[in-house]
Amino acid sequence: MTKNYLTEEKFAKLHEVIESHKDMQGPLMPILHEAQHIFGAIPLEVQKTISEKMNVPLAEIYGVVTFYSQFTLEPKGEFLISICLGTACYVRGAQQLIDKVVELTGVGVGKTSLDGKYSLEATRCIGACGLAPVLTVNEDVYGRLVVADIPGIIQKYNG
Amino acid sequence: MSNVSLSINGTQYEVPKELTVLEAARTVGIDIPTLCFLKDINEVGACRVCVVEVEGARALQASCVLPVREGMVINTNNNRVRKARKSTVELLLANHNRECTTCVRSKNCELQSVSEELGIRDIRYSGAKREGSFDDLSPSIIRDSSKCILCGRCVSACKNVQGIGILDFTNRGFETTVGPAFDMSMKDVPCIYCGQCMVVCPVGALSEKPSTQFVWDVLEDKTKHVIVQSAPAVRAALGEEFGYPIGTNVTGKLATALRKLGFDKVFDTNWAADVTIMEEGTELLGRIQNGGVLPMITSCSPGWVRYIEFQYPELLPHLSSCKSPQNMFGALAKSYYAEKHGIDPKDIVVVSVMPCTSKKSEIVRPELEVNGTRDVDISITTRELALMIKEARLEFDKLEEGTFDAFMGDYTGAGVIFGATGGVMEAALRTVADVLSGEDLENVDYVAVRGLEGIKEATVNIGGLDVKIAVAHNTTNAGILLDKIKSGEADYHFIEVMACPGGCVNGGGQPIQPANVRNVIDIRAERAKALYSEDASLSVRKSHKNPEIKKLYDEYLGKPNSHKAHELLHTHYVSREKFPL
Repeated sequence: MTKNYLTEEKFAKLHEVIESHKDMQGPLMPILHEAQHIFGAIPLEVQKTISEKMNVPLAEIYGVVTFYSQFTLEPKGEFLISICLGTACYVRGAQQLIDKVVELTGVGVGKTSLDGKYSLEATRCIGACGLAPVLTVNEDVYGRLVVADIPGIIQKYNG
Repeated sequence: MSNVSLSINGTQYEVPKELTVLEAARTVGIDIPTLCFLKDINEVGACRVCVVEVEGARALQASCVLPVREGMVINTNNNRVRKARKSTVELLLANHNRECTTCVRSKNCELQSVSEELGIRDIRYSGAKREGSFDDLSPSIIRDSSKCILCGRCVSACKNVQGIGILDFTNRGFETTVGPAFDMSMKDVPCIYCGQCMVVCPVGALSEKPSTQFVWDVLEDKTKHVIVQSAPAVRAALGEEFGYPIGTNVTGKLATALRKLGFDKVFDTNWAADVTIMEEGTELLGRIQNGGVLPMITSCSPGWVRYIEFQYPELLPHLSSCKSPQNMFGALAKSYYAEKHGIDPKDIVVVSVMPCTSKKSEIVRPELEVNGTRDVDISITTRELALMIKEARLEFDKLEEGTFDAFMGDYTGAGVIFGATGGVMEAALRTVADVLSGEDLENVDYVAVRGLEGIKEATVNIGGLDVKIAVAHNTTNAGILLDKIKSGEADYHFIEVMACPGGCVNGGGQPIQPANVRNVIDIRAERAKALYSEDASLSVRKSHKNPEIKKLYDEYLGKPNSHKAHELLHTHYVSREKFPL
C-alpha cells in the first residue's frame, strides 16, 4: 500500500479528534481508536502527530499500538486472507496453506502487499472446525482445503 | 505515624503502616530477593522474584508493592516461596542470552546474583527464545535486547526520571520487548545519551559503546603525544570499582593510575572547568550588562544540550555559548599547549575520562573542532578507565598518591565541584561576585545551590545587584524551568542544568551500583560529599585565582571572551528533529 492513504483531509480529521479529546482523562486510547478508524492504520506519521500534539512519548504510543490487536501499523489490503490456526485447522495442515499463500502472493503473515491488494493474517479458531482447515477472503469462506486448492482461490481475486 | 502489627516468619513485629511488606521485612532484618525493584525509580511488581506467602491469600504476593496490613501473617522463606522464586528466575534465564563470561556486566549483574543467591544450578526449561535486536549505531549506547529481562527500570528512568520516554514496552506476551518506537536505533530517536538507562539496567542489555581499545592503540603509537584529562566526578566514584566505599575521593591514585597507563601528560578537566567559569561568568556579566538573552543557561552537560536541542529548540539562545570543560580542554591542548611545547596539534591525541556517556557523542559534534582537528579524540567512561586499570593489572589500592601534571593540571575548589548539581552555579558565583564587588570575598560557600532538591532557587545579592538563580538536575526538572521561561514566568538571570539526577557524580558512565546498594545509600549524595570536601580542603577555591588560568589569559587568550577565546572556547547549537526517519 502506498502512502496515499495518509491524506491531508484525514490528518485534519485527526487534529479535530485530538482537539476534542485533549482535556479528558486517559485520552490516548480513544484517540488511537479514532485514528485507526480514520486511516485504517496507525503508522509512524500518525503516531508522530499524536505524540507531538499530546506530548506523549512516541515509544509509549507505539507500545500501546503494538499491544492491542485492534490497532495496526499498516492498512489492511483490499482482500484480507485469514487462515485459521486453531487446533483443528492446524492439525489438518493449515500451516502448509499459509506457506502456499505466502509463496503465491509474496505477502508475509501480518503483512500487506505493496500494491495494497492482499493482507494475510493467521487467526485463532473461527468456529468452523468442521470445515478444517479453513481460510476466509474477506467474507468468503473456503473449507476442507488442501494445498492444491490455493492457486485457484488466489486466481479468483487476482483478476 | 502509626504502626501495624504483623507476623513475619513466625515472629510478631510492629512496623509503620506506610511500608510495603518488602520494606517492613528489611526493616526487621529479613531480606527478600528482588530483581525489577529499584527504590524510588521502579516499584512495579513486575518480575515476581520478591514473592512472599501471605496467610489467606490464594497466590503468592509481590512484596515490593504490597502494603502492610494489621494482623498480616507473612512467610518469606518456605518451600513454596523458594520454589516460586526459583522457577521465575529459571524462566528468565531460559529466555536470556547467557553469554555471561563475555558480558560487559559479568560479575556485576543482578540476574547473575539473584540466580546464585537462589541456588539455581540447572535450568529446567528450554524452548523458544525471544528474537533479540542489537543496536550499536549511536555513539554512546549499545542496546542488546537478547539480554533484556523486561524489568522496566530503563523505561522508568527514561520516562519518569528524565521525562523523555525513548524506551518503552512493545508488543505483548512472549513477543514483548523494550526499546524505542518501531525498534529504531538509538541514533534516530531524541535520546540524549545520558546513560541513566544503563546505570539502572540490572543486566547487560544497555551498555556504553566501548572505546578502550582506541586508547590502547594510541598509547602504543610512538608518533602520538597522548594527553589525558579526567573530569571532576571521576575521582568521586572510580574507587568503587576497586572496593572502596561509595564517596571515597581517589584523586591521587587516579593521577598515578593514568600515568602508569602510559599517557604522556596527565591533566585535569578541573583546570578546564576553571576556564569555563572565566568564560561563562564573563558571558553572564555581559548579558546582564548589555541586555542580552536572559536567563543564561549552562552548557556543560552534553545530555542537557541534546535535550534542549530536541525538545525546546526555540530556547537555544538562552544556552551559554561556552563549550563544555571537556572540549575547552581539548581545544586548548591542541592550541595553547601545543604551541608552548612546540608540538604539532595533529600529533596530539586528547583522551577524556568522563562520568558520562553523552560525552562520547559530544566529541563527534561537527562544530567542535578547530582548524580541522577535533577538540577531543576519544572519550571513555569512569567504568572504562577502571577496566583499563584492571587490564593493565595495576593494583589500584597500592598505587601511591600522585598529582596532575603542571600547565593544565592545577585546579581550584570551584573546578572540583562541577561534578555535583549546583556546583557550576556555585563556582560561577564565586567568580562573578568578586568581579562585581571588586573585592576578594571571603565567603565562597553558596549552600543554597547545594543538595538534591530537584529545582533549587535563590537570589544572591552581589555587589548591589540581585542575581536570581536556579539549579535543576535531571531533564524533567530542566523541562519545568524551560516551560517557565517560555511562559515568561521565570525572571532568573542564570540557570544551571545537569542532565543526570544529582549531576555528573551520578552520570551514565559512572560505576554501576546494584539495587541492594541503591536501596540503602543515596549514591548521588555520597559522591557529591567527596567533591565538596576536596573543595573545602583546597587553599584556592575561586577559578580566577588559579595561577595557571591567570597565565593562560596573560600569555595566550588575552581576556575572557576575547576574539581568540571565542574562536577556541565557544560554540553554537542546532535545532534537532526528534525523529528524522
